[in-house]
Amino acid sequence: MKLYLKIWRQKDADSKGQMVDYELNGVEGDMSFLEMLDVLNEKLINEDKEPVEFDHDCREGICGACSLMINGEPHGPDRLVTTCQLHMRKFKDGDTIVIEPFRATAFPVIKDLIVDRSSFDRIQQAGGYISVNTSGNTVDANAIPIEKENADDSFYAAACIGCGACVAACKNASAMLFTSAKVSQFALLPQGRVEATERVLNMVRQMDLEGFGNCTNTGACEVECPKGISLENIARMNREYLQASMKG
Amino acid sequence: MGILDSKVPSGPLAEKWTKHKNDINLVNPANKRNIDIIVVGTGLAGGAAAATLAELGYNVKTFCYQDSPRRAHSIAAQGGINASKNYQGDGDSDYRLFYDTIKGGDYRSREANVYRLAEVSGNIIDQCVAQGVPFAREYGGLLDNRSFGGVLVSRTFYAKGQTGQQLLLGCYAAMNRQINRGKIKAYNRHEMLDLVLVDGKARGIIARNLVTGNIERHAAHAVVLATGGYGNVFFLSTNAMGSNVMAAWRAHRRGAFFANPCFTQIHPTCIPVSGDHQSKLTLMSESLRNDGRIWVPKRLEDAQAIREGKLKPTQLKEEDRDYYLERRYPAFGNLVPRDVASRAAKERCDAGFGVNKTGEAVYLDFEAAIMRYGKEKALTSGLKDPDKDTIRQLGEEVIEAKYGNLFQMYEKIVDQNPYKTPMMIYPAVHYTMGGLWVDYNLQTTVPGCYCAGEANFSDHGANRLGASALMQGLADGYFVLPYTIGDYLADDIRTGPIPTDTPEFEKAENDTRERLQKLMQAGGKHSVDYYHKKLGKIMWNKCGMSRNEKELKEAIQEIAELREDFWKNVKVPGSIDSKNEELEKAGRVADFLELGELFAKDALLRNESCGGHFREEYQTKEGEALRDDKNFKYVAAWEYKGKPSDAVLHKEDLVYENIELKTRSYK
Repeated sequence: MKLYLKIWRQKDADSKGQMVDYELNGVEGDMSFLEMLDVLNEKLINEDKEPVEFDHDCREGICGACSLMINGEPHGPDRLVTTCQLHMRKFKDGDTIVIEPFRATAFPVIKDLIVDRSSFDRIQQAGGYISVNTSGNTVDANAIPIEKENADDSFYAAACIGCGACVAACKNASAMLFTSAKVSQFALLPQGRVEATERVLNMVRQMDLEGFGNCTNTGACEVECPKGISLENIARMNREYLQASMKG
Repeated sequence: MGILDSKVPSGPLAEKWTKHKNDINLVNPANKRNIDIIVVGTGLAGGAAAATLAELGYNVKTFCYQDSPRRAHSIAAQGGINASKNYQGDGDSDYRLFYDTIKGGDYRSREANVYRLAEVSGNIIDQCVAQGVPFAREYGGLLDNRSFGGVLVSRTFYAKGQTGQQLLLGCYAAMNRQINRGKIKAYNRHEMLDLVLVDGKARGIIARNLVTGNIERHAAHAVVLATGGYGNVFFLSTNAMGSNVMAAWRAHRRGAFFANPCFTQIHPTCIPVSGDHQSKLTLMSESLRNDGRIWVPKRLEDAQAIREGKLKPTQLKEEDRDYYLERRYPAFGNLVPRDVASRAAKERCDAGFGVNKTGEAVYLDFEAAIMRYGKEKALTSGLKDPDKDTIRQLGEEVIEAKYGNLFQMYEKIVDQNPYKTPMMIYPAVHYTMGGLWVDYNLQTTVPGCYCAGEANFSDHGANRLGASALMQGLADGYFVLPYTIGDYLADDIRTGPIPTDTPEFEKAENDTRERLQKLMQAGGKHSVDYYHKKLGKIMWNKCGMSRNEKELKEAIQEIAELREDFWKNVKVPGSIDSKNEELEKAGRVADFLELGELFAKDALLRNESCGGHFREEYQTKEGEALRDDKNFKYVAAWEYKGKPSDAVLHKEDLVYENIELKTRSYK
């Protein structure tokens, strides 16, 4: 098929960017979206032009590196997939595709379609862990039984890949779904309860410091999340936060 | 040729590690604050090592090319992690895990290392649970297990098909705790381009900031490389796009020996190649072989009809299917080790029984498991006389709970529903057992340069068992390296900070700049990918699942020619001093072009078949691997001498005191 691409090009963080038009022939349905961009880049290199830069690594939907706003949707039109798992069979011959970076104050553009998501790392550093030493002197793994349902819910929250689609989808560029997924993972486990109060206060404080917006319950984040992280996590974090604020 | 000293402690096998820990030097907590350690790579091995070293009190700097440590490719490991907990009471023990690993590796790994790995495996699970890793649990609240290939017990702990993700996020969280305390400084989007030696010791690295293009000098008292495997030398593999050999290869060029480069794992269950545009291959976890049955049609005409789309697999009767693993290996059936399963698939496809358009695919079928689970579920749900559709639906729900994310991934890529029609799978490059040679302390042949995880030549011999990579990465990082590195650093308590304004750093930086400039200024004929794909084709066709003398010799020559052409004609757009992915790729492919030749040379030298290394000249009448313990019971460690063709071989003889060398049989 033949595609008309409109892609955001920006030299670096300090330069002004713009949309640039490209035509691309020979796209096949079995290609992933990123493989389609590989074909474009090979063409650009052969024409002595600079290829389009985008974040990508595992290309199996788990590392969370790939991003892209595709026709206004984070990770494109398919549901429960990252851009690297989006296949071109979802498009048809003659389609125009608009490709932009994830946009948020807390995600500044580095180059072309690459954004800086280190704000997510800093939220995790503020409290996204259990303070146990890693040199191995702990209790037997089966010493504390955990209700299967809680363990499963904890896992579903922990499945977040930190891609930032929730922020890009949100009209407020809120990071509540991301932050609440980590808060929930630990809040649901006995090992995580010990530091629950501090954790939620510190992580939320950092989230606000980074310049993410507030949650107004539109639920766009849940719809666009490639891992199906549930809004329930935000509700849980709000409860945790309220409890913690009263304690603190 | 020299003989290598593995520094394995004396004494009985089960007491070696404890004795060693008691004997080695320690660094007191006050002195640890004066010692800096660089950790390159932040996957399971690097992340775990960085966190533990920082917690012990050392000053740690971490480096990764990704934008966050959370994205290292350990994250993609699906199936699980082994540990000899014996929670299932099925006869597991440290010894049995040790034995399975040695046998699985076809008797090409070091006994003492493997026993230590088994010994600390249980502790890994305790540690991870304490860190909040949400492993799968049973209704009683205790941890669940499943089985993997090459073993007869259930010792694999898992978190759905995302075990690697959960374990890596555990490491990442442990790192974050230390970053928050100021004990780790994380340099993300940085790539190590050279190792710096001062007075023969590893004292730092040259790294490139991938955003600004700045070349930076970083000094430390020791350098830990945990940079993963080199499967991408094949271009198509299950590795991440960025996975590369550069850090290990740079260290190799500075004196670290490279061991068993030809030992590569070709994983039997990957989604088959669909076309020339393909950029990577996707694994379907080995855990699927717990429930999936592998087959091809019994008759050639049926296989042909399937390939032409005239016949559907579901239309083929049970008696017309060849469950070839169950037929050839009744004791282990679909759960034979990876090397055995891969070769068997290739054998059937080469004989004309392949089931996709290219003829390079076999079926992995869940029909029997769906019906079996469905019946069980109907019984436990109190359903009397359920009809077939109800049973199927219940069974599909059970399968979804176990492997839902894998089935979804398959459906997105192949556009077929694996609940209704069997998956198509084919072997693909997945893991490299070879890597930098290390002694018992995980130190390379460069003093002060350590290597952990997949990057070292590891504990897996000639073939790694499923769910053992996560185990080894975390064992090295959490429990082995933080102890053994102290023995070396104990001599450095009075050294003081290592300066970077010395001639050694100056020279290394200049060398690096020169190399980058040379890449930028080459002829500009073909893209980096053009060369990478060509290299991959040579590797897959001549150094892949089966190898022979003639083709290996051809490969050596072809790779050398391709390398020459690359340096003359590669085209790298953009500039050095800015974000430039093509330049990053060019540097990596340049090193793959050297490694590839050494790989073929190593495979040519090893006149035997063992594990993943199958030489066509050395096989039994039934087509099984024919090992030669008399001549090849050693680790081949190569010393860099300028060109791969000049590399000098050093041997480490493998001594088996506790296990009798036997022909591996899974029949």
